Amino acid sequence: MSDVPAGLETLEFFFPDGCAIGAFPPVLVGVVGSGNLEVLLEAIDDKGCAVRIETSARGFGPIWQAVIQDFHARHPMVGVRVSINDMGATPAVVSLRLDQAMAEISGGAA
Amino acid sequence: MISYAECSARERLALLLDPGSFHEWLPPIERITSPHLAQLGVPSAFDDGVAIGRATLDGHSVFVAAQEGAFMGGGVGEVHGAKLTGLLQRALRDRPAAVLLLAESGGVRLHEANAGLIAVSEVMRALLDVRAAGVPVIVLIGGANGCFGGMGIVARCADHIVMSDVGRLAMSGPEVIEASHGVDEFDSRDRALVWRTTGGKHRWITGDCDALVEDDVTAFREAAIAAIGAANPLTLEALEDEHVLLTGRLFALPADHADQDEALLLWRAIGVAVAEHVPAMSVEAVRALRIL
Repeated sequence: MSDVPAGLETLEFFFPDGCAIGAFPPVLVGVVGSGNLEVLLEAIDDKGCAVRIETSARGFGPIWQAVIQDFHARHPMVGVRVSINDMGATPAVVSLRLDQAMAEISGGAA
Repeated sequence: MISYAECSARERLALLLDPGSFHEWLPPIERITSPHLAQLGVPSAFDDGVAIGRATLDGHSVFVAAQEGAFMGGGVGEVHGAKLTGLLQRALRDRPAAVLLLAESGGVRLHEANAGLIAVSEVMRALLDVRAAGVPVIVLIGGANGCFGGMGIVARCADHIVMSDVGRLAMSGPEVIEASHGVDEFDSRDRALVWRTTGGKHRWITGDCDALVEDDVTAFREAAIAAIGAANPLTLEALEDEHVLLTGRLFALPADHADQDEALLLWRAIGVAVAEHVPAMSVEAVRALRIL
């Protein structure tokens, strides 16, 4: 048996600084399947960029922190909530999904 | 040509319906998620694996649901089923021109046990109420996960079924049959066997679906439009006719058919002379074979 307890792990990150993104319709990309994840972006009135992750892969907090920090460095925006349901996606897949979601906000492919 | 099988549920909605016409009810931002999965350590989906709403199809007002096969195999959990039931009950009240069900599901989501089973039975009851009211329920089957278990029954309760040749429709799925009756009874890894016994061509030849189309979103759209006017309310006479058909099928195979392919024997028995060529034939050619 692993030392990591069963169940989901919830991670939250918050970035106070960045450019205001303004209003946009909610965006959902990806599907919660093995090695995949879904990313939901919503405009919020609050300042900051709030990220909440629920993942079935426990014990990878530092890697998530690095991936999300990297995302916020590439897209330094505030006024947005990022919600993720993850089923064991690799860091590269997570980054691609986040970029896909950003591309949809700025009028990318439907 | 865009493969229907390779699209996600939401891509199908975007491509099949009139552009921009889909208005979703209980969208992902409302986070109406499964109350069961997190307790089992399984991540939820913000839409519980199904998108429901209203839209227009060739200008007609329709209600529509699309199941996401990539999330838990399209399994019907408590919330997923309640969304389907609510959509159908609203259709009974508002009377759209049709209800479209873009089915892709292995059936009940076993994680949710009885709640999922009850949900599927509620979907069936609601669907039959809509059908009885004269609003056609049109099921589209062409996803990689097929349409099995409780959703297979739901599909066969509907007015009209459109399938592609890569679509599959049955009650017990291949792995279930193999697990319960052994690999000698059914080898779930024999893909040709799986499609001969559950695939769209087989369902077309045996009369279990009403349209056979290519694996193409536009073909599904055209078949759905054609089915809008095709309400088929259940009557006692129609049910009795179907029972006669099914009884005949039970006895269609020759008495001694050990070691012979039962699908080919059945196709031949119902009048398809070129049965052995069916798996390699084009959809268009197979469409012409139906003699029911």
